[in-house]
Amino acid sequence: MDMPVPNAAVIAKKEHVVARLAEVLPESAVIQDPAETRAYECDALAAYRCPPMAAVLPGSTAEVAAVLRICHEEGVPVVPRGSGTSLAGGAMPTADSVILGVARLNRVLEVDYDNRIIRVEAGRTNLSVTGAVEAEGFFYAPDPSSQLACAIAGNIAMNSGGAHCLKYGVTTNNLLGVTLVAMDGTVVEIGGAYMDAGGYDWLGVICGSEGQLGVVTEATLRILPRPEGARPVLMGFDSSEVAGACVADIIKAGVLPVAIEFMDRPCIRATEAFAGAGYPDCEALLIVEVEGSPAEIDEQLGLIKQIARRHDPVELRESGSEAESAAIWKGRKSAFGAMGQLGDYMCLDGTIPVSALPHVLRRIGEMSAEFGLGVANVFHAGDGNMHPLILFDANTPGDLERCEAFGAAILKLCVEVGGCLTGEHGVGIEKRDLMGVQFDPVDLEAQMRVKDVFDPGWLLNPAKVFPLEASAGRRAGQVAFRPLLPCGQFTPEDIWSQKKHDETGDGDRAGRGGGGCGGAVAHSGRGHAAGGSPGRGRGAVGGAAVGGGALRAGRADAGGARGHAAGRGRAGAGR
Amino acid sequence: MVRAGTPLEEVERVLAGEGQRLAFEPMDHRVLLGDSGVPTIGGVVASNVSGPRRVQAGACRDSLIGVRFVDGRGAVIRNGGRVMKNVTGYDLVKLMAGSRGTLGVLSEVAFKLLPVPESVATVTLHGAEGARAFEAMTRAMKSPFGVSGAAWLPGTGEVHLRLEGFAGSVAYRAGRLRALLAGPGEVTVETGAEANARLWRAIRDVEALAGHAFVWRVSMAPGAMRAGLRADLDRTARFDRVVDWAGGLCWIGMTEAQAADYVPRFGAADAVAGAIRFHRDLQAEMADPELGGGHATLVKGPEALRAAVPVFQPEPAPLAALARGLRAQFDPRGILNPGLMG
Repeated sequence: MDMPVPNAAVIAKKEHVVARLAEVLPESAVIQDPAETRAYECDALAAYRCPPMAAVLPGSTAEVAAVLRICHEEGVPVVPRGSGTSLAGGAMPTADSVILGVARLNRVLEVDYDNRIIRVEAGRTNLSVTGAVEAEGFFYAPDPSSQLACAIAGNIAMNSGGAHCLKYGVTTNNLLGVTLVAMDGTVVEIGGAYMDAGGYDWLGVICGSEGQLGVVTEATLRILPRPEGARPVLMGFDSSEVAGACVADIIKAGVLPVAIEFMDRPCIRATEAFAGAGYPDCEALLIVEVEGSPAEIDEQLGLIKQIARRHDPVELRESGSEAESAAIWKGRKSAFGAMGQLGDYMCLDGTIPVSALPHVLRRIGEMSAEFGLGVANVFHAGDGNMHPLILFDANTPGDLERCEAFGAAILKLCVEVGGCLTGEHGVGIEKRDLMGVQFDPVDLEAQMRVKDVFDPGWLLNPAKVFPLEASAGRRAGQVAFRPLLPCGQFTPEDIWSQKKHDETGDGDRAGRGGGGCGGAVAHSGRGHAAGGSPGRGRGAVGGAAVGGGALRAGRADAGGARGHAAGRGRAGAGR
Repeated sequence: MVRAGTPLEEVERVLAGEGQRLAFEPMDHRVLLGDSGVPTIGGVVASNVSGPRRVQAGACRDSLIGVRFVDGRGAVIRNGGRVMKNVTGYDLVKLMAGSRGTLGVLSEVAFKLLPVPESVATVTLHGAEGARAFEAMTRAMKSPFGVSGAAWLPGTGEVHLRLEGFAGSVAYRAGRLRALLAGPGEVTVETGAEANARLWRAIRDVEALAGHAFVWRVSMAPGAMRAGLRADLDRTARFDRVVDWAGGLCWIGMTEAQAADYVPRFGAADAVAGAIRFHRDLQAEMADPELGGGHATLVKGPEALRAAVPVFQPEPAPLAALARGLRAQFDPRGILNPGLMG
């Protein structure tokens, strides 16, 4: 992983920049002590880290504008940060950057049930948006699995999805307006409580731009009335391909389930050992959930079961009660934590056409044998968004590299069959160098021209999304780059001594320049265990939440509330 | 995935053969504009044309998942793809939807599709005026019954609420919706496929305003629309309306006589002068942050009117600057629809 060489001229004027920031922000909102900025050194892609030059936590749009104006004048790169749950390194700092955390911007500004909208500050967590409207029978549809912790700002940056997006769409389909602060401090109001743009679809291009076009401080979101009820059915099959074919048939039949979730045998077994949900021991299982009144549910599930029977299921279990529904979902919801118990894993996020599911699942199985690494599949099957989890052992030399090569091969396969590199996690730094697999240089050039319009100096979240070679000419003064070792700014000596430390059997792999580093070190805005966010394995962030790995709570992400370093325990998430 | 010049009718015919459809229900402008020509799928995308089902299934831009286009420099650019969930790089797909050919010439577009439902029903409230009509639409949209169209035709005083899905489910929801609307005014349910298709085509294509000389399309929050247009309240404009999207979309039509009549005290001597005045008042109202924002576009009017006013809602200065920057990047020589969209 390469990153640009930090701009020495920027680092040299840290004191001056921090002093200027302190003039426009309360004292508690400017963090510059190296011991404290380390709380922001990574997001949920914890393998790669680098403390920022400083971090700021503005409490209003005006303060965000003041911060950006100063950084713009001083030529300081800015990395916007929601709750730091990105699995793609979307909020990873560079040594010459200022982290702009929006966690203090967490108020509900307006709820309007007649117009079915809510207006919130962008640091508000996803789940608490629904929390603000559920008493009136409404909810906010996008539900990424980190929804307890992740911020709306980050959801907008990554165009987050979730299990329910098969029916309700992803963030971009549920976003009606934003207040955006451009890099030069200009505040722009876009959209509102009305539908569709009068001119260009600015919201469409801002959503999913990974914080590179501006900082979103407020958002108007669509809220929906809760359905009357929901009920899942569990089906087991004796091959992953058959399960994949069943998904394709359900989609074609005209039923619109709210979720279709898939798990294969390695995942089922791990989950059973971990959560004891009572799943059948079979090659693949599907959980299909539909919504409506009891009679409507009966009608839809009747059709779905009829389709399933054509594929000779080894198990077909419809929930008969709330308790049974909970049991069916229990395993799926603890899948990532369960996988963390097995060891280190890397979580992928490619999307494929649903019709290609059987082929892709078969190829992944074959590649697993070729690379000599296990793989477990658990994902949102209805929209073709796969999350293969590649199992590896960070302590085995070469395993991480093989794992990354395997991951890249799977993503290339996704593109080959007409899919894409990332369905909901984003590109960040993680998939930046694979962009050439999906896009021609001219396609990337077109995207970069959009950034040129919003941020001509390329100061906002630089060195993400686009391959460094492709963006080099635009990042003036940042043209050189050097390998970013996992764990960022450690010197070779540090890494060496850390390795030695590891080899003594102490077991603290955190900080090691290898795969083991920090996998179990999860950041969390509010001291939630990374919001239960399924991590890119490396000891599994998700596992950190569940399996007893260390958790380090970042200071003050939660509106100035100070979490404290909980210390680093043994990595490997409870192995 | 389809070539942009393919006639919309052909796309819809092929899809219907497979039991599928474009969920966003694009309108046919020929009815309203009284012109001929063959609508193409590329034109639909370039204008982000979305019909009554917008309230449930989203706009054209929400179904669009991939594009290929040629920009003003001659570069052939691909964005998006064939899958529903895709966050790989910037979403230029959305940017192209509704950009009306000003950033590039679309050559291929790809959509996600939805199956044609088994059954459809429309629950109609009769004799509904202003407040009652909005209240009925709002109540329906706040219900969990999956309304896929909510329109009010002031001309007939009817509020139409559409339900689609499996037969049993549609019947159940129609019953619940009917009960929900209990109050002043008769409520009827239409379940005939032909009658439903006819009704929603008429709403989609704004047939009620086909005979009007001037037509505007206004998008606002339903609540703001309900409060009434200020131009209406202050100056007693006379116009006709078709209200869709549960109150979020208002088509305003003026006949020549109605336009000439607009604010005579401002000395509007003829129809075009009245329409110019009305257009400006309407767009000023959309720009007023007090009213929650929105946009008004002139859809139909003579050249004399179009030349005198900004056809599209002018954007605030920072956005207008971004729009200029975008066009300079994608069309540095200004050859793509110059003058359109500001």
